[in-house]
Amino acid sequence: MKMTPKWLMALAIIAIAGAAYAAEPITTLRSTAPDQESPAPRISNFEDTDQKRPRNYPEQPPTIPHDIEGYQIDKNANKCLSCHARSRTGESGAPMVSITHFMDRDGQFLAAVSPRRYFCTQCHVSQRQVEPLVGNSFVDIDALLPNNSTRIAE
Amino acid sequence: MFDLLKRYWKVLNSPSVHFSLAFLTLGGFVAGVIFWGGFNTALEATNTEKFCISCHEMRDNVFAELKSTIHYSNRSGVRATCPDCHVPHEWTDKIARKMQASKEVWGKIFGTIRTRDKFVEKRLELAQHEWARLKANNSLECRNCHSAESMDITRQSPRAVEAHEKFLFTGEKTCIDCHKGIAHHLPDMSGVPEWQ
Ligand code: HEC
Ligand code: HEC
Ligand code: HEC
Ligand code: HEC
Repeated sequence: MKMTPKWLMALAIIAIAGAAYAAEPITTLRSTAPDQESPAPRISNFEDTDQKRPRNYPEQPPTIPHDIEGYQIDKNANKCLSCHARSRTGESGAPMVSITHFMDRDGQFLAAVSPRRYFCTQCHVSQRQVEPLVGNSFVDIDALLPNNSTRIAE
Repeated sequence: MFDLLKRYWKVLNSPSVHFSLAFLTLGGFVAGVIFWGGFNTALEATNTEKFCISCHEMRDNVFAELKSTIHYSNRSGVRATCPDCHVPHEWTDKIARKMQASKEVWGKIFGTIRTRDKFVEKRLELAQHEWARLKANNSLECRNCHSAESMDITRQSPRAVEAHEKFLFTGEKTCIDCHKGIAHHLPDMSGVPEWQ
């Protein structure tokens, strides 16, 4: 094998990459190597206060303020709608699903929740009291624009 | 052979001359106890989860689903088995349920739910029988373990408190009205009132 410049270059890259790898372990959320079984994290309970949480931005799907353990949502049954459907809200006292959920993708309103909105937990999630695994530098729009019109209104 | 039978028949048919009345009464009593006991033992033997899941129809569908629910494993380590929810504790109710259960043996022989597809197809009907039974007895089986009197609503979640105060304690509704699908997956609920 002749030591052409191309080969030298390749070797150099491998050497540098190897050195970098050795110096700094890859940051990972895993506690053990991927091929080993790591201890299961503790399961904490859902927050179940029934207190609505403010949304972080207007378009945010509201988070679920209660336990949904074992709630069935499949083609057979939707436990969420057994309280949140329009016809059920009188008895359950739960808020009705947003009217936007009755719209199909052409903007036509249907009589019931549109199939594309059927699987509630695609957008709405319940919360648990846990330390976030990664930091978050989200800044609320009101903090970003102190002269926001809602601020003036207040 | 025929003669032999005839001789025995004669012995059985003639009034007793060899046994005293006391013996016969006592004997009848003992036989009765044995018979009764045997019947009850048979009843108890069929009242276990092991018996229920000896049929694959029960084991592969409903039992498999039960395993991921709170009634199979929970923090207090108390669990509900099939007969806790499905076989009434009252003796007469028990017999009635057993008579119904002979339908299950019938179903087994004719394979009404032998395959998963058949089971899924028949599931709503089976579930409706159970809902009707629990509705009629005011959720007796649930109440054997959960009594409304012992419920400390100050320890329940806000939603549970609201629902129980408004509908359970007033007697307007019973457990099964609100807690369908607590132990198994639900069948297609599109025709069921209060469901979508
Ligand atoms: C011989 C096998 C077998 C055993 C053992 C068995 N089952 Fe079943 N079970 C069936 C079949 C088959 C059906 C469907 C009957 C039908 O088609 O109506 C059924 C139906 C049911 C139903 C629905 C009843 C209804 O009214 O529609 C319940 C509830 C049930 N079984 C519970 C139990 C419980 C609890 C046990 C144990 C005490 C048990 N089964 C033991 C085979 C069995
Ligand atoms: C053998 C006793 C027993 C029977 C029968 C029984 N349960 Fe339970 N149930 C329990 C136990 C034990 C728990 C778990 C308690 C805990 O650790 O929080 C429980 C929990 C529950 C919960 C709480 C679920 C949750 O996620 O917190 C509901 C709802 C419930 N049962 C409803 C019912 C209904 C409805 C029936 C009748 C169809 C029934 N139970 C029959 C023992 C029973
Ligand atoms: C009007 C409807 C309704 C009736 C009737 C009802 N429940 Fe509930 N129950 C609820 C709701 C809603 C919740 C809270 C949400 C959930 O767990 O899905 C709840 C929660 C529970 C819980 C969990 C407690 C907690 O802190 O979350 C248990 C246990 C329970 N119910 C048992 C029963 C039993 C046993 C009966 C019959 C004696 C019964 N319920 C009757 C609606 C009802
Ligand atoms: C906590 C109570 C509970 C326990 C424990 C329980 N069931 Fe059920 N079962 C129900 C209720 C309530 C229904 C009515 C349907 C529903 O709401 O899911 C039902 C329905 C059924 C059905 C009718 C088909 C269906 O899925 O609706 C069968 C069969 C059945 N149960 C068998 C069993 C067997 C076998 C076991 C034990 C492995 C068992 N069940 C344990 C409460 C219970």
